[in-house]
Amino acid sequence: MNETLVNQDELLKEFEEKIENEIKIEPRDWMPEEYRQHLIRQISQHAHSEVIGMQPEGNWISRAPSLRAKKILLAKIQDEGGHGLYLYSAAETLGVSRDQFIQWLHEGKAKYASVFNYPALNWADIGAIGWLVDGAAITNQVSLQRTSYGPYSRAMVRICKEESFHQRQGYEIMWKMMEGTKEQQQMAQDALNRWWWPALMMFGPHDSDSPHTSNAMKWKIKRESNDRLREKFINKTIPQAELIGLKVPDPALVKIGEDQYQHGDIDWTEFWEVIKGNGPCNQQRLEHHIKAHNNGSWVRECANEYHIKSNK
Amino acid sequence: MSNMENQGPLWEVFIQSKAGQPFKHAGSVHGYDKEMAIENARDVYTRRGEGIALWVVPSSEIVAVSASESNSFFEPADDKIYRHPTFYTLPEGVKQM
Repeated sequence: MNETLVNQDELLKEFEEKIENEIKIEPRDWMPEEYRQHLIRQISQHAHSEVIGMQPEGNWISRAPSLRAKKILLAKIQDEGGHGLYLYSAAETLGVSRDQFIQWLHEGKAKYASVFNYPALNWADIGAIGWLVDGAAITNQVSLQRTSYGPYSRAMVRICKEESFHQRQGYEIMWKMMEGTKEQQQMAQDALNRWWWPALMMFGPHDSDSPHTSNAMKWKIKRESNDRLREKFINKTIPQAELIGLKVPDPALVKIGEDQYQHGDIDWTEFWEVIKGNGPCNQQRLEHHIKAHNNGSWVRECANEYHIKSNK
Repeated sequence: MSNMENQGPLWEVFIQSKAGQPFKHAGSVHGYDKEMAIENARDVYTRRGEGIALWVVPSSEIVAVSASESNSFFEPADDKIYRHPTFYTLPEGVKQM
């Protein structure tokens, strides 16, 4: 055992050299404790977001306007569950169990994307969520495909392949409504008005106020800053809105170049309130997750018993 | 395993994308037995026809070389460059070999 003991400074140097040379860090490699902790927090938060994100949309499965829409929505929500599972698997490679992650979520120690604390009020919201929320998530996830931790990076590659259908289906809903009656157009515009700012907030605080960014950038967990990603998202999305006749609800928005925009001030008070648990649906989302988890406990107990007995 | 662990054991998932291709590691799933593990693997990793065949292997059964040992473990291959075709010189005029 003693011969494998290597000096910590030596290990850190090796680790940083790998990061420098874009060599992925794998579960069995040595890594600084702070790196591991950052990943545990970020990947589990990402996984919880996928799973909690199933709730606002799940609400509309039974009320989808057509069989086609219903099938698509079901497939999309199933994908979100699958994405949660890819991410939990990646997070588990860091030495924390699935049950522990869920427990931390239920105890409020782990967070999920605060955008899912907003309600999906009508069918247009399903369009806005796919187009804007998934669109923002994709922008972030495309960048995270190059993250330095191997299992996280591979999960991102898989997720990105699947996500673009999510965004397109959302945009199609918005487009169809904009081609429809006046009322439908108003519904679409209203949904955009309600989801625009929460979508921009998904990228997190400004770089100057972001507590977790610096080491995450140094160790290449994050590859691009919050503000840079937000900018990319805006530049892609505004022309899409204009194309179908929607207006982004930002009176201070300015065009600063070809497909380049600058947004007005974000209401960070609202952002922090929602993070602290005072958003419109925080309590409902968490309670529902706890309830569903507890309702399923007898299944897990039976299956576990079966597993133990059949391995005797 | 502590008392609260009841997600079932972990299985590694391997997918063969097309006939004739090697199986590739895709990720992992929890499952209480073989059947559940392979059905979970199908639902999680092959929703878009990613594969025509699937393996699941209990993660605990996988034997691996640790990163710290890997240099010495693979070292025997380092000094055998004569195993590579480019090591050899050929007379001029050899057309294909």
